[in-house]
Amino acid sequence: MRTLPEPFTAWFAGRGWAPRAHQLALLAAARRGDSALLVAPTGGGKTLAGFLPSLIDLHGQPRDGLHTLYISPLKALAVDIARNLTQPVEEMGLPIRIETRTGDTPQNRRTRQRENPPNFLLTTPESLALLLTLPDAGSFFGGLAAVVVDEIHAIAGTKRGDQLALGLARLGTLAPGARRVGLSATVAHPDPLRRYLSPTGGIDDVALVVGEGGAEPRLDILLPEGRLPWGGHMGLASMPEVYRRIREAGVTIVFVNTRAQAELCFQALWKMNDDNLPIGLHHGSLTVEQRRKVEAAMAAGRLRAVVATASLDLGIDWGAVDQVVQVGAPKGVARLLQRIGRANHRMDEASQAVLVPANRFEVIECTAARQAIAAHELDGDPPRPGGLDVLAQHILAVAVAGPFRPDDLYAEVTRAAPYAALPRRDFDDALRFVEDGGYALQSYDRFRKLFRDAQSYIHVKTTAVARQLRMNLGTIVETPLMKVRLRGGGVLGEVEEWFVSTLTQGDCFIFAGQLLRFEGLDTTACLVTRGGEGEPRVPAYAGSRMPLTTYLAARVRAILADPKAWKALPAPVQEWLRLQQKQSEMPPRDGLLVETFPRGEKWFLVAYCFEGRLAHQSLGMLVTKRMEKLGMAPLGYLATDYVLAAWCAFEPVGVERLFEEDILGEELEEWMAESSMLRRTFRNIATIAGLIEKNHPGQEKSGRQMTMNADLIYDVLRKHEPDHILLRATRQEAAAGLTDVARIGLILARARAGGIRHRALDRVSPLAVPALIEEGREWVAGGAEDALLAEAEALVADATLGTDAFNEVLATVTEAIPPRGDRDRARRPRDKKARYNRFIRSAPKHLGSPDR
Amino acid sequence: MTAAPLHMAGQRLMLDPAGVCTWPAQKLLAVTDLHLEKGSHFAARGQFVPPYDTRDTLERLGAALRKWNPQKLVLMGDSFHDRHGCARLPPADCATLKRLLEGREVTWLLGNHDPEPPEGLPGTAVTELRIGAIVFRHQADPARLPLGIIEVSGHFHPKATMPVRGGGVTRPCFLTDGRRLMLPAFGAFTGGLDIRDPAIARLFHRGGRAFLIGQERLYSFATGPLRGAMRAMEAEAANGP
Repeated sequence: MRTLPEPFTAWFAGRGWAPRAHQLALLAAARRGDSALLVAPTGGGKTLAGFLPSLIDLHGQPRDGLHTLYISPLKALAVDIARNLTQPVEEMGLPIRIETRTGDTPQNRRTRQRENPPNFLLTTPESLALLLTLPDAGSFFGGLAAVVVDEIHAIAGTKRGDQLALGLARLGTLAPGARRVGLSATVAHPDPLRRYLSPTGGIDDVALVVGEGGAEPRLDILLPEGRLPWGGHMGLASMPEVYRRIREAGVTIVFVNTRAQAELCFQALWKMNDDNLPIGLHHGSLTVEQRRKVEAAMAAGRLRAVVATASLDLGIDWGAVDQVVQVGAPKGVARLLQRIGRANHRMDEASQAVLVPANRFEVIECTAARQAIAAHELDGDPPRPGGLDVLAQHILAVAVAGPFRPDDLYAEVTRAAPYAALPRRDFDDALRFVEDGGYALQSYDRFRKLFRDAQSYIHVKTTAVARQLRMNLGTIVETPLMKVRLRGGGVLGEVEEWFVSTLTQGDCFIFAGQLLRFEGLDTTACLVTRGGEGEPRVPAYAGSRMPLTTYLAARVRAILADPKAWKALPAPVQEWLRLQQKQSEMPPRDGLLVETFPRGEKWFLVAYCFEGRLAHQSLGMLVTKRMEKLGMAPLGYLATDYVLAAWCAFEPVGVERLFEEDILGEELEEWMAESSMLRRTFRNIATIAGLIEKNHPGQEKSGRQMTMNADLIYDVLRKHEPDHILLRATRQEAAAGLTDVARIGLILARARAGGIRHRALDRVSPLAVPALIEEGREWVAGGAEDALLAEAEALVADATLGTDAFNEVLATVTEAIPPRGDRDRARRPRDKKARYNRFIRSAPKHLGSPDR
Repeated sequence: MTAAPLHMAGQRLMLDPAGVCTWPAQKLLAVTDLHLEKGSHFAARGQFVPPYDTRDTLERLGAALRKWNPQKLVLMGDSFHDRHGCARLPPADCATLKRLLEGREVTWLLGNHDPEPPEGLPGTAVTELRIGAIVFRHQADPARLPLGIIEVSGHFHPKATMPVRGGGVTRPCFLTDGRRLMLPAFGAFTGGLDIRDPAIARLFHRGGRAFLIGQERLYSFATGPLRGAMRAMEAEAANGP
């Protein structure tokens, strides 16, 4: 192996470093002109490895124009890398100009970059997609020598990943000579990533370089003092111990699983913060400014701890984090490792991490995760096919850049791994959709966006189409959010609109680390004041909880099925499992345990499926529909990550029939019509595909209108054209894992192969208890929502002894509307003030709120 | 589907879960905000939403007309999504619409989306319609109603959220305080405005009752005085952002 050229040797020597083996391996691959995937833990000098060949190349042959394109999933990361690269480049006096281009780049710099491109351009998948729509994209990218994709494990397999894969395929056409470099954290299956990176969608043209492993992380499991909770996911019982850990360490990141949990843990820590430790809060619903402020405080060492959600999973290297605390079950091994890696970004030092399970099941899950990490086993989802919605957006983007021939574009698209198996029919339908909506009723012919010329090239019809596309490019679709604004003050962040819709004036909730009182709506925001009384609520966010991965679930099942493995568990958990063994039996490793028992004039059915909450939720809908058909009169169900519990009026017998694989047929269709999950999926697909606009030239459309329309469109389209490409895309996405229909298939297949063990018990089993005290029940019986409405109406009638009853009011509504004062008083609980004050002790404003 | 009776000014109106209101004594059916040809309106600006909205709306309107068979039909404005909507009607849908209107006394109230009477369709176009004590308007008049007069209006597409366990269920709704009655939008692609929004709240400052549209019936709940929301607005305006 050749050594490095002169200024590089000296530079490495000057810092007391030697080039690492993987850095040299990437260099060798680059000299051969090969693409390569580097898999290495954090702190291994991955970024430098990715850029080193480009630095050396430009040192030997300085030139103008774009040489290396770097793509990162995070804007902040691109900016940070630019800073880190500039230093060695200046120290070695290399003739290289480095610039970033993100959504924050001012217009004049963008124009300048187009006229005079830098040597290294650091950008995001979205900004790349925008660059590719420019008419001069061909000359801009023509001289490209290398593309570096950072955090490739976090991009591949998502819709942003699909978009980037299509962008890379485009680059492959514009700059066929460019080699590709992928930088990835340790993953279970590197081969799909090699395929993803490959210019052909194959695997052999991408070399795999594996960096040396770092020191083993030190992982503790922390149990709360006193009784181990049966249920709950917040982990608040362990906060005193967490606080102690924070006090003892230098800097701590406390990772939690949901934003609601972040708010609650933050409050709980501040309640006991007698030392006034600076503890911050970081989650995706806070304003960007607030998040940046917390990040800056963390980087400057001004915080002792930050309570964070996945918003901090990726990101710039802070160097000085001493420990990571994971509150709640980790849900996935790779995800846990990524989080642990945030402590001590230096390879040779062990990361220090603490797992804080919130209940008994989570203790088992944490134990399973710890064993998996010790055994160097990781979970990973198999690659899924690329989305048709992303394809539709891409087709229009290509057309905007310049005329194309469908055959050429189809060939190009199938060189991107996620689309390698794309049927020509789907491609043509996507093209037709872009053209005129692709409806069987061809009434939009006169509005088409594209036209074909005599050589069968496809052109965009007007320039307005291009403007419209550029404004709506991207695959990130936000749920409809509403700003939370302090009356007479600033914006605190955003909560989901449906949460606001459940508030009435005077209700209070916790957000951005503060207690807020809901005052009303104005046209753009939810108005609040500080303080308030009564039991505070915490905004929850739909779909924010990650489901348990299949791999970790299998490990949990293995522990449960093997009493010898219980030695690794704390005593109360062992006792709990032994009790289950005595009163019922343990869920088998293969097959499915189903328990039934009577309780409170209802019959309960608990199935130990272990396929994650999302899959169980869908399965619950399907199983209760089947229960209805079998005359069991189901009343409701709930799903946890581990079990599905349903309750009904009559004793469930012949439970085998509830888990037959054909429930995925008929019942699934019915479920498709009602499922809010599928509606959300459709809304995202319709937005990405361009059916619904995020922005329209000249006007900003609020998310509120957007959802409403998506739901209405879904209903109309399902009724009148059920085979439309967007509905096909919705079903495909549901089947491919995003809504976990595939995992339902796993449960049913396991039930068939291993058999169903039905235990008819006379009372609830120990293992079923955590599920039955879970919150978030689903209500069934024909038209779930209507049943809920009827119940709520009846409840009001009961509570008011019928004075509020429907029929009477109809007669009296003209006469008697109670005076205003009475109502105000009746609605506000008065006696809870003391209770609330015990709970909240306010955090200093500068940590919780942005308006200081 | 079970319609709910509502007594106003000595008259009995029926609120139909289909989203229409009838006045049996007058053999009258009122419906608002059809927004026909909204789909093609969006298609013209480059958003190819499904072209089936008009068909869907007319199918549902047809069902309501078959059920009540009214002599008088009041289309309370925004019947077309824009002033050229009528001209864009596909021939088949246009024929359906004419069949629905045939033999009835049709009144088109002019709305903000369709300020001109539709061409080639039967009926008379007016800005408001008064029959006995009831005045039909597209948009409610915020001025105090004269004593003994009842106002039926549309325009705002009211929707409300009923608190149920595990959150809330949001549906289009009828809204009334005994003096005013606001109808939900009927069109297939019409969204909604929360009844707590100041635009609606200021019309119902004494509070009232919302009737949420269910699959088979209406679900009602008393809305608090909506003035609270108004006060918040006023304070906001006074303090400035």
